[in-house]
Amino acid sequence: MTVPPLLEARNISLTRGDRAVVDNVSLSVRRGEIVTLIGPNGAGKTSLVKLCLGLVKPDKGAVTRAPDLNIGYMPQRLSVDVTMPMPVARFLSLWSRATRSEMQGVLEEVGAAHAIDRAIQTLSGGELQRVLLARALLRKPDLLVLDEPVQAVDVHGQIELFELIGAIRNRRGCGVLLVSHDLHLVMARTDTVICLNRHVCCQGKPEDVSRHPEYVALFGRHADALAIYHHSHDHSHADDGCVVPPGREHTSHSDHHGCDHDHHHHGHDHGGHRHG
Amino acid sequence: MITTITVTTTGGTAMDDFLLRGLLAGIGLALVTGPLGCVIVWRRMAYFGDTLSHSALLGVAVGFLTGIGTQTGIVLVCLAIALALTLLQEQRRLGSDTLLGIISHSTLSLGMIALAVLGSVRVDLLSYLFGDILAVGDGDLYAIWGGGALVLALLAWIWRPLLALTVDEDLARVEGVPVWRVRLGFTLMIAIIIALAMKIVGILLVTALLIIPAAAARRFAKGPEGMALLAALIGAGAVAAGLAASLQVDVPTGPAIVAAAAAFFLVSQAVPARG
Repeated sequence: MTVPPLLEARNISLTRGDRAVVDNVSLSVRRGEIVTLIGPNGAGKTSLVKLCLGLVKPDKGAVTRAPDLNIGYMPQRLSVDVTMPMPVARFLSLWSRATRSEMQGVLEEVGAAHAIDRAIQTLSGGELQRVLLARALLRKPDLLVLDEPVQAVDVHGQIELFELIGAIRNRRGCGVLLVSHDLHLVMARTDTVICLNRHVCCQGKPEDVSRHPEYVALFGRHADALAIYHHSHDHSHADDGCVVPPGREHTSHSDHHGCDHDHHHHGHDHGGHRHG
Repeated sequence: MITTITVTTTGGTAMDDFLLRGLLAGIGLALVTGPLGCVIVWRRMAYFGDTLSHSALLGVAVGFLTGIGTQTGIVLVCLAIALALTLLQEQRRLGSDTLLGIISHSTLSLGMIALAVLGSVRVDLLSYLFGDILAVGDGDLYAIWGGGALVLALLAWIWRPLLALTVDEDLARVEGVPVWRVRLGFTLMIAIIIALAMKIVGILLVTALLIIPAAAARRFAKGPEGMALLAALIGAGAVAAGLAASLQVDVPTGPAIVAAAAAFFLVSQAVPARG
């Protein structure tokens, strides 16, 4: 691949007071790639995202974005003041001049079409996350930046949202930079994991990272749980009626491409359910 | 006999004139304070508006001292205060409410001191504080409608980015909204409106005309634009009702307008919302 990355950070550092919030971090996101930042609270994940977005300037190092890069950003939290009457459709049209049918289409893509005329303050946590994802998608982004997209969503909803993100990547071919403090659910659906604790502890394919001593040290015994979640994830595929060839089931544990392929099918499967 | 008739007629015309001018000026103002006040309510900036309007008295003094005129003085002082406040908020040792309280009361006091020192200028302090809508002249009327139209045009121009950054400032910045310029534009609009409104309700009551109609409109609005339009209409209704009431029972007009707006607000709370 000689195509330059959509976004590249080289040796960036951010210091607040005498404390390094982000310490000599490098990362890149390419088209069609899901890069996940994981790390404990206070690891500098959100600061790193703000650096990547250009909201904050790094003290050292540089961030380069592809020319005319269109970023769809989903912030960690967003609450519209209750004093402001704001139906979902109007909220979406604040950011891009979209027609109602465009909004309807993108809300259908994220499974929140029913919410289009509801006041945004009345949405549940999961519905709001879907609307925020729809908002980011309306811009037809080259790069999706999702900061803790499954906050305040129950476990079942989290699995759905992560699968949705994978399906969107497959369908649209955009790059995804994902932040999560959740290590289990997210890692099975990602290409590159960067384990952050102000500096990069380790990075690579999910399977490699999960065995890395620094990762294990950082997350302790929780690291073991990965295997279990991996397993239950494959079951949920089968439960949804997606055909998982017996051979595939095993490769998806270790072979990244196999995993990718399953997701692709799953995304289409979901679409079928909604229309049906 | 003829003389008497003439006098009566002249008196009647004059009476109609200043009432009509007052009514038109008040309604012109309310049509702008409604939408602008909605944004203030959404951004939780009621005290910010209050602080700027209190500093307007200092602007009056500056206007007299420098000879640039009271309204220009008010706009300039309001902008300076807004800038000072932004800088003070950078140091994060005191909350915004405390800073606003400090600035609000010290500028009001400084304004009164400055006007007292400027003993040579005869100043009707009470009309600055509470307005004197019935003393509105033709020039004031043009200023209010002209300035009001300017502010409405500016507001319409930055409406979408302003709503976007009201919803989430970081998000707006990522999406390329020129946050700093939009905020400056918004502050400028508040400053202009305070300068225009002083004549109608006075600097102590300007904020009321901004936030009460907006608050009354909230329950009936489904979207931001609907709330802005409704607030403008409620404000205009409050001006008409307040003016009528002050004629009936001879009370100060500025406070009567604010009381009428408050009555609309109370009624809006009692009416069952549509959902």
